[in-house]
Amino acid sequence: MLVKRRGSARPDISAQALSGLASAAIDRRSFLARSGLAAAGLSTLGTLTLGAVQRAKAAGSSVSGPEVVIRKNICTHCSVGCTVTAEVVNGVWVGQEPSWESPLNRGTHCCKGASIREIVHGDRRLRYPMKLVGGQWQRISWNDAIDEIAAKTLAIREANGADSVYWLGSAKFTNEAAYLLRKFAAFWGTNSVDHQARICHSTTVAGVANTWGYGAQTNSYNDIRNAKTMIIMGGNPAEAHPVSLQHVLSGKELNKANLIVIDPRFTRTAAHATEYVRLRPGTDIPTIWGMLWHIFQNGWEDKQFIAERVYGMDAVRKEVEKWTPDEVERVTGIPGAQLKHVAELFATQRPSTLIWCMGATQHTVGTANVRAFCILCLATGNVGKPGTGANIFRGHTNVQGATDLGLDVTTLPLYYGLVEGAWKHWARVWDVEYDWLQARFDEVPAIAGRKARTRKENMETPGITSTRWFDAVNLPAEQIDQRTGLKAMMVFGHGGNTVTRIPQAVEGMKKLDLLVVADPHPTTFAALNARQDNTYLLPIATSLEMEGSRTASNRSLQWGEKIVDPVFESKDDYQVMYLLAEKYGFAEGLFKHIKVDNKSPQADDILREINRGGWSTGYCGQSPERLKAHMRNQSKFDLVTLRAPKDTPEVGGDYYGLPWPCWGKPEIRHPGTHILYNTNLHVKDGGSTFRARFGVERGGETLLAENSFSLGSELTDGYPEITFGIMKKLGWDADLTQDERDTITRIGGDNPDTVSWAIDLSGGIQRVCLDHGIMFYGNGKARANAWNLPDPVPVHREPIYTPRADLVGKYPTRPDERQFRIPNIGFSVQKSAIDRNIARDFPIVLTSGRIVEFEGGGEETRSNRWLAELQQDMFIEVNVQDAAERGIKDGQVVWVYGAENGARIKVKALVTERVGRGVAWMPFHFSGWYQGEDMRGFYPKGADPIVLGESANTVTSYGFDPVTGMQEPKATLCQIRTS
Amino acid sequence: MARMKFLCDADRCIECNACVTACKNEHDVPWGINRRRVVTINDGKPGERSVSMACMHCTDPPCAAVCPVNCFYQTADAVVLHSKEICIGCGYCFYACPFGAPQFPKLSNFGSRGKMDKCTYCAGGPDVDLSLKEYERYGSNRLAEGKLPLCAEMCSTKALLAGDSDMVADIYKQRVMVRGYGSGAWGWRTAYRETVTI
Repeated sequence: MLVKRRGSARPDISAQALSGLASAAIDRRSFLARSGLAAAGLSTLGTLTLGAVQRAKAAGSSVSGPEVVIRKNICTHCSVGCTVTAEVVNGVWVGQEPSWESPLNRGTHCCKGASIREIVHGDRRLRYPMKLVGGQWQRISWNDAIDEIAAKTLAIREANGADSVYWLGSAKFTNEAAYLLRKFAAFWGTNSVDHQARICHSTTVAGVANTWGYGAQTNSYNDIRNAKTMIIMGGNPAEAHPVSLQHVLSGKELNKANLIVIDPRFTRTAAHATEYVRLRPGTDIPTIWGMLWHIFQNGWEDKQFIAERVYGMDAVRKEVEKWTPDEVERVTGIPGAQLKHVAELFATQRPSTLIWCMGATQHTVGTANVRAFCILCLATGNVGKPGTGANIFRGHTNVQGATDLGLDVTTLPLYYGLVEGAWKHWARVWDVEYDWLQARFDEVPAIAGRKARTRKENMETPGITSTRWFDAVNLPAEQIDQRTGLKAMMVFGHGGNTVTRIPQAVEGMKKLDLLVVADPHPTTFAALNARQDNTYLLPIATSLEMEGSRTASNRSLQWGEKIVDPVFESKDDYQVMYLLAEKYGFAEGLFKHIKVDNKSPQADDILREINRGGWSTGYCGQSPERLKAHMRNQSKFDLVTLRAPKDTPEVGGDYYGLPWPCWGKPEIRHPGTHILYNTNLHVKDGGSTFRARFGVERGGETLLAENSFSLGSELTDGYPEITFGIMKKLGWDADLTQDERDTITRIGGDNPDTVSWAIDLSGGIQRVCLDHGIMFYGNGKARANAWNLPDPVPVHREPIYTPRADLVGKYPTRPDERQFRIPNIGFSVQKSAIDRNIARDFPIVLTSGRIVEFEGGGEETRSNRWLAELQQDMFIEVNVQDAAERGIKDGQVVWVYGAENGARIKVKALVTERVGRGVAWMPFHFSGWYQGEDMRGFYPKGADPIVLGESANTVTSYGFDPVTGMQEPKATLCQIRTS
Repeated sequence: MARMKFLCDADRCIECNACVTACKNEHDVPWGINRRRVVTINDGKPGERSVSMACMHCTDPPCAAVCPVNCFYQTADAVVLHSKEICIGCGYCFYACPFGAPQFPKLSNFGSRGKMDKCTYCAGGPDVDLSLKEYERYGSNRLAEGKLPLCAEMCSTKALLAGDSDMVADIYKQRVMVRGYGSGAWGWRTAYRETVTI
């Protein structure tokens, strides 16, 4: 029997949803009209517009005639970084060709990439600016929209302070747009500027950076081809990153590698695994500790690696001792023998890599999960070599880049943080007075017993996370630690349905004074019917209609060309930020060293400014010229090493996309870093050490590497971060040019010795250190014990809503605490849930994930007719036994009840063994239905996605990671009933 | 002369549907017409396998055998094509085809279903190569441009192979040798039953 995932039932797609589809097909190719259905064809010819006829004539790559121009950009639907090769005729994107030259995707795509042309030319795009007037959408001009929005935000700022306006950016921004919005928020005077990384890999970045220095994938998709053992835990790349499976499956075949999938759900990836391990959602730490128990017990750990390059493993051993096979099985449900086998494979059949996604990160213990994963890699010596590493698959085209460039409430661009030194560094780069920036921030009065904050203190205080924007609207004012709560949301390229607890978000939306959605689509925000007025939609170009660079998951930067001009009245992100800055009176300062052409800031110039300030993370060497040369020479790079032969013109010796860190000025031609922390290479060849970021010594124990250093290093032991002062002691300051020395002296003022490699704008310290073969960020140990985190060594904590009340006493969530300006009352919520025996009424664990056809909030992909046709219904996967107990049949419509807010959603049941008993799974891409109601009518006419459905997040619940504010959509409780 | 074939390596196919949308994109195939689709067997269970299906361009095509108006023909490259000018939309080919390849714009038990549409192996139709007329009726003609079907060219894991049957067989043979087993080929068990140990 053949079974499709969407079940056998005929989809209930309404006539309204399909409106225009049939005729569009005729417009495009006169398909039906020429197919012997003349009557049907003629009846729809009325809709054929002149533009459509012209397009039909231009359509088709094989039609000879006008000149076909080839332009390359990057697919926006995940982080693999697939090159999209577009054929453009007369300004119309008429076809796609395989991008054979790209070493990342080698011609291939998944269904989203293979249909991405429709994202640009689809007819469901938002066409012109609109505003809500008494609950009705009205078309307005760009001038009016910008005037009104600017006037309203300025009035809100005047009355409530700069922090009352929230700037939400996007992981689909280019690097340049992400950087620009962070800079824009700094000029506006707030740190409440965030993007999707908050809800996808914020915990990865925090966990990984706190372990060994930088928050990113250590190796690359291509390098997975070298692995002998791969564990994919909490990820389903077959659907979320399909092209990555090309590398994974090739590696599996060529090396006869072990491919182990650890997941609550038997995913499409698991179907190709050599071993599948089912765990209970939210028990990642016990699983990893359970593996380490066997590894330590049998002496499978890499003792030399630990001695030389890891700090604090003894503290881990102590915690791991508690996780005997019996306890692990009791908590995780994984059979003991199976876990021992997996542990042995990972530790002994090396190189091994650990791959994870949001199954690991989206938890109240997300950061701790990531830390445990890193520790497993460290204990087995699986970091810093080909085929090893923490291969973290990120979710959007540029979620890595947007994170790097500071769309984050805790830092300025490139992880400088918010300390005074960071502000002064960027003030120098931006050529703006530090005091002026400081004056832009609010003073925060003393409220509810909390201390008042000066402007300077407020400037150095992290903002509010995007997971909780509506809490910062809804909570009583005295609980919000800033001048007032949020009054305005400025949302750029961000769906409204990706954050948990939608019913509370709706309440927040109702209370906002202003909501602006700048996006190619109206998004869920438009469809929730929460507002009547003071709501604007701005049509924004997709990333494919924009110039700029994007950083793939493996840290490679790729330059995308504008494929076609923005369609309809769309403007790109750069232009909109320019127009607003003009109204706010800081356009001149914001674009002081950035060329603006007819109100359109130039991406090349923005990247040059990033290069001038991006020393900390090695965003300094990737000039636009170098990146464009890489796109021209894609075919020159090796499939596995990603390196071009040394004698190649233009790109010789470079790694593809100059994966950051790419040190020094572009002129010194650092090749980029393919594999982080690889000591077997010279630093000039992309070698590096663990970052000495946390001091040199703690409790009498050294934090610097011992007997380990990168190839050819003149310092043959651990060493701290390099400053001008240390350079002088080493006598290397003599190698600096006069210009470099002058710059360092200018930056250092009275105390130039403190100028470090990260703030030296001359690049001299980096250049000279590279010449001496040393890594200026120091040569430290990775930290198995990260003392600055809430749980320095990860400990298991049950999800807030758990079916295992018996475990909460022993493994409770963390105590209530104030984080990111508001309270996190997870402990109280968990206690209340246990006291009320909530698992009795909501016995099924609910978890969520991706399906291959859609992405993120899904507005773009559900508006793409080629994708929409493939997946027409929102559904929930229910285990066969759970379904039988409830009388639920496959394909039947059911109600799913959430544990909070009395929320419920109406979806189709997919009865399957894919999920274990007591676990249900939903995709998170749907919106446009709300608690049983079809919201299609609330979209602006013609801009409604083809496929609508209930949002999984309507029934998700409370729970936040203490380090990053990450939400918990991966482990909550629900009940399912027939409708 | 080449004999063009598709082969889907079920060990590699992950049901990403790239082949499906690449086809839609290349030929602007309307909603409801599916020249290619991915079928999954044992969905959600161990042993789950997916395979991408379209017209298999049979050596001795049953559609051609049953067509009352003889609208089918095979090109020199052994691609099975048909003429929409001759097709009467009777649907016999749909019943004859073991792969469900023929598609019709209209659902009807009686009368015409409209002109049949199916995978052309990106080889257009009987009209002049690369003419607008050919494009409008059959979609683009990549073979005439020296390219292969886009579904196979874009396959995310290089599971779907297209090209001359000898070359496809060679590529697949190499994969089997590296893997050390051959059951990944869709149809292997049907063809060899249990007589070949894997």
